[in-house]
Parts: sequence; structure tokens; C-alpha cells
Amino acid sequence: MSGFSPGYVLLEDGTRFEGSICGSLEGGVGEVVFNTAMTGYQEAVTDPSYAGQIITFTYTMIGNYGVSPAAMESSKPHARGVIMREARNGDDAATAEGGWLDWLEANGVWAITGINTRALVRHIRDKGAMRGGIFPGTVDVAYAASQIEAEPNMAGSDFASEVSPTEPIEVAPEEGSGEGMHVVAIDTGIKSSIIEQLTERGCRVTLLPSTATPEDVLGRDPDLIFLANGPGDPAAVDHVVGTIRELVGKRPMVGICLGHQLLCRAVGLETFKLPFGHRGSNHPVKDLETGVIEITSQNHGFAVRGPGGSETIDNDEPVRWDTDFGEAVLSHINLYDRTVEGLRLPDANAMTVQHHPEAGPGPRDSRHLFDRFLELAQKPGSSA
Amino acid sequence: MPRRDDIKKIMLVGSGPIVIGQAAEFDYSGVQACKVLLEEGYEVVLVNSNPATIMTDPEFATSTYVEPLLPGPVAAIIEKERPDALLPTLGGQTALNLAMDLSADGTLEKFGVELIGANREAIIRAEDREVFRTVMQKADIRIPWSITVESVEEAFESLDHGGASLPAIIRPAFTMGGQGGGIAETREELETIVSEGIAASPIGQVLVEESVIGWGEFELEVMRDHNDNVVIICSIENLDPMGVHTGDSITVAPAQSLTDPVYQSLRDTAIKVIREVGVETGGSNVQFAVNPADGEIAVIEMNPRVSRSSALASKATGFPIAKIAAKLAVGYALEEIPNDITRATPASFEPTIDYVVTKIPRFAFEKFPGTDDRLSTYMQSVGEVMSIGRTFRESFNKAMHSRELDAVCEVPESDEALLEALSTPTPDRIDLVLAAFERGIPMEAVHERTHINPWFLRELVELATKGDGTEGLERIYNSVDTCGAEFEAATPYYYSSHEQPGSPSEVRRGDRPSVVILGAGPNRIGQGIEFDYCCVHAAMTVRECGRDAVMINCNPETVSTDYDTSDRLYFEPLTLEYVLAVCEVEQPEGVIVQFGGQTPLKLAQGLKDAGIKLLGTPVEAIDGAEDRAKFGALIDRLGIKPPPYGTALSAEEAGVIAERVGFPLLVRPSFVLGGRAMEICYSKADLEVYLSAHVQASPEHPLLLDLFLENAIEVDVDALCDGDEVFVAGIMQHVEEAGVHSGDSACVLPPMSIGDDMLEEIKKATSAIAMELGVIGLINIQFAIAGGELYVIEANPRASRTVPFVSKAVGAPLAKIASRIMLGQKLTDQELPKGNGNHVSVKEAVLPFSRFQGADSVLGPEMKSTGEVIGIGHDFPTAFGKAQAAAGVSLPESGTVFISVTDTDKAAATQLATRFHDLGFKVVATGGTAQAISRMGIPVESIKKIAEGSPHVVDLIENHSCDLVINTPTGSGARVDGAEIRSAAVRHGIPCVTTMTGASAAVRAVAASAQGPSEVISLQELHAG
Repeated sequence: MSGFSPGYVLLEDGTRFEGSICGSLEGGVGEVVFNTAMTGYQEAVTDPSYAGQIITFTYTMIGNYGVSPAAMESSKPHARGVIMREARNGDDAATAEGGWLDWLEANGVWAITGINTRALVRHIRDKGAMRGGIFPGTVDVAYAASQIEAEPNMAGSDFASEVSPTEPIEVAPEEGSGEGMHVVAIDTGIKSSIIEQLTERGCRVTLLPSTATPEDVLGRDPDLIFLANGPGDPAAVDHVVGTIRELVGKRPMVGICLGHQLLCRAVGLETFKLPFGHRGSNHPVKDLETGVIEITSQNHGFAVRGPGGSETIDNDEPVRWDTDFGEAVLSHINLYDRTVEGLRLPDANAMTVQHHPEAGPGPRDSRHLFDRFLELAQKPGSSA
Repeated sequence: MPRRDDIKKIMLVGSGPIVIGQAAEFDYSGVQACKVLLEEGYEVVLVNSNPATIMTDPEFATSTYVEPLLPGPVAAIIEKERPDALLPTLGGQTALNLAMDLSADGTLEKFGVELIGANREAIIRAEDREVFRTVMQKADIRIPWSITVESVEEAFESLDHGGASLPAIIRPAFTMGGQGGGIAETREELETIVSEGIAASPIGQVLVEESVIGWGEFELEVMRDHNDNVVIICSIENLDPMGVHTGDSITVAPAQSLTDPVYQSLRDTAIKVIREVGVETGGSNVQFAVNPADGEIAVIEMNPRVSRSSALASKATGFPIAKIAAKLAVGYALEEIPNDITRATPASFEPTIDYVVTKIPRFAFEKFPGTDDRLSTYMQSVGEVMSIGRTFRESFNKAMHSRELDAVCEVPESDEALLEALSTPTPDRIDLVLAAFERGIPMEAVHERTHINPWFLRELVELATKGDGTEGLERIYNSVDTCGAEFEAATPYYYSSHEQPGSPSEVRRGDRPSVVILGAGPNRIGQGIEFDYCCVHAAMTVRECGRDAVMINCNPETVSTDYDTSDRLYFEPLTLEYVLAVCEVEQPEGVIVQFGGQTPLKLAQGLKDAGIKLLGTPVEAIDGAEDRAKFGALIDRLGIKPPPYGTALSAEEAGVIAERVGFPLLVRPSFVLGGRAMEICYSKADLEVYLSAHVQASPEHPLLLDLFLENAIEVDVDALCDGDEVFVAGIMQHVEEAGVHSGDSACVLPPMSIGDDMLEEIKKATSAIAMELGVIGLINIQFAIAGGELYVIEANPRASRTVPFVSKAVGAPLAKIASRIMLGQKLTDQELPKGNGNHVSVKEAVLPFSRFQGADSVLGPEMKSTGEVIGIGHDFPTAFGKAQAAAGVSLPESGTVFISVTDTDKAAATQLATRFHDLGFKVVATGGTAQAISRMGIPVESIKKIAEGSPHVVDLIENHSCDLVINTPTGSGARVDGAEIRSAAVRHGIPCVTTMTGASAAVRAVAASAQGPSEVISLQELHAG
């Protein structure tokens, strides 16, 4: 790790926070968001859903237990930068294979520490997520502002295509997990933890590029079509939405996070940008099918509109509303802001959730949903 | 499910007196529960014997009983009140055990009382080690293994068949202090230690347990509702690894060194544990050991109730666990309860924090000479401080400053000695770790000795060598908001932190004038919950009087640090720097320093010098009472006598004063609380020992020497003064004679053997002193009556330890009245009680000797008690008996009494023996005492002194062949026998009375209880009309 040198965070509205650059010295811009989880920094940074973004960690001590291969949610970091209050580089933990700051630097992730992250987060909370950047102190503020101005807005940005593989990838089921189903995923930036949850359950998983056609998908003869998580605005990836629309009802289909949003758009529902998103490990989500409240891992900046185009739903009922493919039934609701967290499309044999049941990082309360996903793919009449 | 309508009246049980391991945190949890249950429209019947609690204030319950927390009295209350439900999970282990007793003896069933919060089965599953083990094993949850063996062969067999592994801890059964035990790392060591242990154990049995010493220790605070929704409120990591009780460990929240997968495994396990144990609603605490090498997790224990850790977790996160637990117990689900802090979101979530919380325990080993200060698996600390900072270093450093230590720790000169010292966990170890790093001793060397996680050590190296990282930054105030700023916080709970210059502060000051109340800091012997009680009353009064109450304190165990208590809470160290910084933000109308004991008083001059207005008694008056010369001149003007005394600024001067005043001499440093380093010297030799061993008299540290009035009656007076007149609120007569610290002496209100003329003289003297000093608020004066003369011992122009006791005894909130006076009201504007009513109140101290091995249990001028109880009855013996029972001293109704007293007490002892004989007791005594008793014609069995060989008196106690010990020590000379007798009595839980007045009170109480059970009466009934 190189030494710390003065630097700053600049937001598109001109708000500036002083700190010390502690990673790659170049600096750069992206959408500045915040994550309230107290553990799982490496998982977050390697989650492809953070492509194009700079993560502000609300917890202050980041890097405490170093980095390890097991914490990788993809092959490399996707977040562009990290903003911290007290960055740590120790590698004393038994699982650590290196220091966090060394790793960030080696991977070209911009990092700044000493920032009053709480003030920054309150600003974003009040004004909404916005573009911004991490800059060395030597960079002129006017120049920095022009860089931010040149960065496209997150709304309308297609990052999913950037993180998607160029060729199909086959993942074998976990050894000894039994004869399972074939899950074909449209990989808009899938997390390793999701793949693990599927392969653990005996699934063979095929990851297809986001440019895959309906024929490509059906040609693989999936038992279940999986729509992955991923970065960016769901409204900016109409080509994927179009593909999904042609697949709806043809095979059982499930989606997580961006996949949930894309499926909803494919059946004619709308998405909208949340003021500052949900990113953390403590959001309560109520499963309206069981009444159980689960603490969930969250990472999304957009959400699906409910009945009548409403952004929130007032009661805890499994409300129904129409889509182009029959009824949508609300299955999950976020108890923090009462936005849609998941739904079923009974007529299309599909279900989706907005949060991350795979955890990685975060609580594992919702992991059982993968069983529910696979039940969907059980052909009628066949026994489990 | 919403609120239950099928129950109307709920009984809540408190935790009784403050003892080590069960402190003011249960007042905090109980108060939260009382408030919420009353708000919900339930009738609340509260039982707690501790008068110094806020929860026993009559306004916090429908009916308040300050009765002993024993099945008998509580069953009587149940019979009288007929509650529908009993909530036992908010009063610590005491309440839980009591509920189990009442369930086992059929009381609950008989009166149709439902246990809510935790049922009997769940309590057993969590509390019974064997049942817990079985339940955990069934659920496939790893717990450290443990076996009982009676031979080395058995141990080897387990080792060979996987029932045991190495390293293992060996503990002989039924030996004191782990004598004969140890840690075995090899087969050979196992053989040696097990065979030694079997030899040392009186029953030839040893416990062999898995050694998780050196593993990381973690705790999770868990809440569950009846819909089976479970949330984790807080994770806590102990800086001290396994082997030190968590109450004695430095702890940090949230957990720092855990990766997300390991943390999630802890979380999953904690949830599984609460479900398996079957705590249906409420909070629980699950403790874990985590092997740092491979992340292996073992569950150590779980508490199926609100605990000390949950109080800490509540203060650390802002999530009010006790309040929510009470709501869950009456039917609500987590999702139906709003989060107080955000108001917009429900309580069914997991708090996330954007700061680091540090807790450091506070110890009192210096009060118990001769005890080993090694920390172990049983708790020995008496209090704690908590601090909040944005980084670990900032937080930790604030906590270190909050400790208010009386002495700095001595650091060994050589590095070898320093490292050697680090191998043993002691209260000072953390200071030694920092000292080692300041010297450049490498982290690895310290890790090897302490097993402290390298993460902490790395931070401590940085702290020791580079500071806390606040240089160049500016102090601002942030809110505690449960959500890492994701939502706007509605609750004004603040902490200071350092951020880049120009950073915004979150304090929303408003326009109303504010009054700053300084709390009492960490609980310690001599400054406990009584002072927090007064601070809370001050906050309530300030609010009633139209000002914003602003609280500053750093003690997480208190009601004062509940964000509901004041308009703004600043969780900060009580040092001048931090207090002035708050004043800078608040610009208060004034600061109240009278209620937090010595802690705020020490800041009074500094505050005044900084131009801050002190409300109430001015600094000059405080000084006028503390400064011996000034105070001497003042009472001289008033014609009031002190015992002959002098103030020495050097050892030589002390000798000269001793010549003039004579012996015995009461010697102590000035400006102390709780009689720190106070001793009675009976001779010149004693004085020399004192001067060399304890205190160097100097101009900066004057030494006070008073003639000690032997056999005097000591009297404590609490009074209020508004500058125009004085109201004497309570005159308390000590049950023990002068020489026993007032905090350790039982006392009775109204006095039982002081004539009206003397009472009048006491009142006059009190008024005169209060007026002359210029007191505005409370004053406490201690008098002694000797030879029919009244002497003033000392005056303290502040709230005393007895304020809550007097308030409850006379039915008037003294601290509130005092606060109103400080805010400008007059005594004549207020409702004051007339007389003492038709009841007698006795306060009894609760002593921690059983926690400190080798400590002499004799009472003296240095305070040693941790808490107190109250007993109220229609006469003195009944009240005294209740107080004894509440204090855990079960006076026998029959059996054997052992009496051994000094020569001067022989005559009184004879009378005492007569009364015990008349009550049917067998009397046993040593030589001289036995002769004296025998001469009165009382049958007495003579027993040998220790020096005379076995079977002697200590054998008598060890065989449990006696039920009550009366042993008065002399100031000097043959103390050794006495110390052994008392120490044996403490070890075996046999009541031991060490003063003649105490003994006389005890015999009267025994006689009273023979008349049958006493009536239970609520405070509301007592003070009605």
C-alpha cells in the first residue's frame, strides 16, 4: 500500500468532503451510493451490481479482517471506488490472504479514507444518490466538477451489458448434491453466492450473455430460467426485457434484484428510481405467503411499482394486480419503506424477489427461497 | 397480535440491591418496562427491595412494594394484589429465580398468575447446564464439552473415546478458588492435574472441561416475538479473550474482527439457540467462543432474559431492548412496534451503527486489601463506562478517560517484568499493554502473553504511538440513530466525535433554555445508583419547570442515560474538557453538579472558572464544607462542636496532631468519597503504618485526623435549604456505632433511641450549618452523639447516598424539591411531608465479600458495600428483619448462635446471650465470653479459639454447626481470629454480625419474626393522604 495523501470527494451538487487517498491515485467518477452493512466490504465491492458506482460505507472501520478469495462475489471488483471513514489494511485474521487497501490498489479501485461519511450519507439521504467522484488533492475542483458532469446519469445507464459474460458458461452442480435441474441464467452480473445456492441444490447452471436470444435460452432446454441481479437502470436494458417477454410462460422463471425488475418490465409493469436506494444487511422484508419477517441483504437503486403504479403499498395483504401475462400477486414487501419486494406471476409460473436471498454478504434468513424457486420448476404432477 | 386484553394487572420483579454482577442496568430495564406497561393501560405491581432505584418511585407503578425479593413476601403480595401475570425477565437473575421458586412452590398456579416473557420450561432449558447441554446437542449446536470424573482412568477413557480432548481445564469439585485445578495440554499433564485435583476435592471429583481459553469471546443480543420473528440487536466483541468474565472484559460493539460469513454463522446460531430454548418473546443474550485459528464456533451460554449486555446493547445502538421486550410480553409483534428513533420504521429490523462503542469495567480491588486482583470467570467489577466514537481509537480513548481512576497503574520497569505482568488478566492489564507499545515492545510479544486478537493490538499500537487520530479534526456531535443515518433520527441522543473542520453538528438545540445535569459516571463503591437516581429526578424536574433537561453521563447501566430521561442526552466522559464542550453547544442557563456525587463536584471550580453558571449551592459553599479549616471556623462561629481534629500537610505534622488530639484517631485524605483510605489508628504505630502504606500527607493532599469517638451513636441528616429556610427531611440513626462507614451501616428512620431534645438540637445545628454555608439545595450532615454531647463529623453540601432512602421513607421526592429550589422556587412553595408517619424504615447495606476471596468481612471507616435495601414495618424489629432478609441475610428462627466479642462488649454480650437463649437458641462462645455468659446462669457451650487447636470455632462454622455468628473485632490486637471467623462465615453463607448494636437489632428481629409473617404494604398505601 502506498502512503496516504490528501484527497477529496466531490458530488455533482458541489458538496465536498476532505479525506486521504489510500488506494489507486488516479481517482474518478461514478454514482455515489451508501451501504449500511457492518461486514462484507469485499463481497460488496466484487458484486457486479455495483458497476458504475462508488460505495460509501456507513460503518467506519473498513478492512478489519483483510481480504480472502472466499469473499469474492465475482472474479474482480466492480465498484469503481470506496469512500471510508477509517480504512484498515491489517491481514491478521486467519482467513486473510492480504490487506484490504493493498488489494484495492492492486485492483485499481479508488479509495479514500478520513471522510466524514456520516455527513456524506445524510447529504445523499436528503438529496438523493448522485454522481460524484474521488479525487487526489492535486486535482483542481473545477476540473473534477467537469469530470462529474461528463459522467452519464445512472438513470438510463446500461451497465448490465458491461458485466455480462461474452460466452456461455457452464457450472456443474456441487458434488454429491444429487441429480438436479438445469437452470439457465441470463447473466446480467450474477453473484457467485447465487450460483452456489443453486449448485448446492444440485442444479446445473448455464450462464448466458445478456445478449442471448429467446431461442438461445430455450435451446438449452432449461427446467428453470433464472434472471440475475445486476447493475444499472432496468429501463435501460430493453433488449433483455424484450428477450424475457418472449420467454414468459414458456418455462418456469425466477428473478432476483435486477432480474426481478426486468421480468416485471417484461410483463408490463414499471420501475422507478428510489431516492437513495436500499443497500445494506438489515432491511426487514415480510413474506406475505408465510407472514414471516426476514432480515435481508439489499442492493438496489430502482424498484417495481405496485398496483395502479403506486410506489408503496399500505397494507400487508398479498394484493393482486394485472399484468400483460395475467395477475401479479404481491409476495414480499419491504417494511422500511413499503415498496414491492417480490411477486408471483401464477399464470406465467414465475416468481421474483427484489432483495438478495443468497446473502453474501448479509443475513441468510431468505435462503430458503431457493427451495421455493426450484419447487416452481417441479412439473405439475411430478413429486419432489 | 396486538395488545393482550385478557390481562389487566401485571407484576414486575426488580433485581434487588446492587451487587456485583447485577447492578443499575436492571433499574434501567425495569423503568422502561414499567413506563411502557402503564402507557399501555395495565396496572403494574412492582416489587423491589432497593430504595435507590427509580422504578420504586411510586409514580412508576400502580402499587410499589419495597419488600424482600423472597418467595414468602412476594407470595403475600400476590395474594393481596392478585396480578394476572408475572413478568420475570427484566429483573436479572434474581427475578428469574424468584419466578421459578414461585412456580415450583405452586404460588403462581394457586393464584392463577401467568408467567409472561419466558415460561418455566424455557427458563429451565437455558439455566440448567445439563438441560441446556442436551438441548444444544439435539439441535446440533456445538458447546464446549464437559465431563465429571473420579479417577485418572476415567479421564483417559474419555480422551480415548472422543468424549474429551486436549487442552482441557480441570476444576476440582467443591474447592475454593480453583485450588488444585489447572490446564492440561498433554496426556502427562492431564494425569498429574486430574490426580492432584481428585486429591484436593473433598468429594474426590473433578470437572474436566474443554479449554476455550484464548478463543475470541462474542455476544449477540437477540429478540424474538410470538410470531417467531427474530432479530439481532447488537453484536459485541470482547477485547479480553475467553477466560475473563464478560462483565470484567473490555468489550466493543459491533464485533470488529469477524468476516461476514463467520458473523452470519453466529447470527444463525443465536437464532437457533433462542428458538430451541423456547424463549417465546423478549430479549436474550447468547455468548459465543470463536476459535481465531479456524472460525470454529461454540456456544458458551444463553440468558433467557434482559441482561447487563442488553443494557449495553440498548445504549450502544439506541434500540430500547427492555421496552420492546415488555411490549412483546403483552402481545405485540415486532412489526407492530414503531422504532422510537426513526419513528418511520418498525422495530422488526436489525440496528446498524456507524461508530464504535467501547465498554471498560471499573474495579474496586483497592477496597479489599489482601485479595487477588486476577480476573477470572466470575465477575468482580463494580461498574463500567461506555463511550462512543467514530473510530475504535477515538472510542477507546474516550472510554479510558471516562474511567475516573483514583490512581494510575504502576508499570514495571524492565520489559521482562512488564511482559510477565501481561500474562495475567488484571484490571490494569490494558494500561500495561499500552505502556508496552509506548516502549516499542512488539505486538507479537504482547499477543503471546495476552491472546488479545491482533486486530485490537494493531489498533492499540497505533493509539499508543500515534494517538487517537483526532489531530487536526474538529469536535462535533452526531446522533445515535439505529440505522447508520439511513433515516432521519427523531431522538436526541448524541456523542462527540472528531471530523474534518467545518463538519456539521447534529444537535437540534431548539430555543428553550436548557439546564445541564452532570451524572455520576461509572458505578463504584461509594458512588452508585443513588446518585443516578438523583440525576434522573433533576432531569424530570428541569423538564417540569419548562427548561430542556440536558444529561451528560458515561455509564451505560443507568436510567439517566436512557434517551427518554432528558431532552438531550450526551453520552460523554465526565471530564472538564468534555463537559465544557457540551456547554459550548448548549449555552445552558446553568449546570447542576449537586446530584452526581463527587464526580461533578470535582468539576465545579473548573466550570465556574470557565464562566459557567452553577445552579444551587455555590462553589464557595462546597469549598467551605470540604476545607477543614474553613469548616472548623464556621461551626465554631455557630457554637457547634467537632470531635478534636487537625489537618496535616506532612507526616511530621500528623505526628504532632496525634499528640494533641489523642487516640484512637480517624485518619483519611481530604476530598474522598466512600471513605477511600480511611482508617482508625489506635496507636502511634498504627499511624506510622498508615502513613507509610497508604497516603503521603502533603500540601496538595492534606490528611485529616479526627479523634474517633468510641461507642458513639452516629446520625445522618438529609436537609434542604433554599437560602431562607431549612427543611430537615430525614434524621437517620445508624445501627452500627460510629466508626463504620455510613454507607455500610444499617440505619433507621425515625431514630429509635434519640431523645426529643437531642433531635431538636440536631435540627437546629443542621439549619444553622446549611444557612451559614449558603446551601441552595441539598445538604447531608453526619453527627455523632457521645456522652450526651452532639458532635458534627462532616457536612456535604450535595445529594447524599441516603436521598432515595429518605425520599421513600418519608414520602417526599427530595431530589425533585432540591432541583426546584435550584431553579428558583422556595420551600414554602412546595408540598413537604409532615412528620415520619406511623412506620419505621430501615436501610441495610449489601456487602460483596463473598466475591473477594481472602477479604476480611469486618466493617470499618472505608465503605465496602455495593448496594442497599430498605425494610419498612410498623416497628423497628420488623423493619430491621425485612431489611436483613432483603439483604440476603437470613436470620435464623432457631438453632445455634456463636458469640465472641471483645472485652468491652462482654457485658452486652451476656444480655444478648440471654435473649437468644430465651428464644430457644443454643449458645456457643469462646473462652472469656463463655465464662461471662455462664456466670449469668445461661447454658453455654465453650469452644476453642483457633490457636487452641481443632475442633475450634472455624470448624464449627465450616461444619455448618451454627446459624448465626456474632463477632465484634477490636481495633487492634487479636484480629486474626476474628478475620478467619468472619471470612469462614461469609464463605459458608452464615449471617455474621460484627457490631453489638447490630446484634441487638438482630435478636429483636428474630423475636419479631417469631410472631409470624409481617404484613406487606405498598408505598402508595403508606404515603396516602
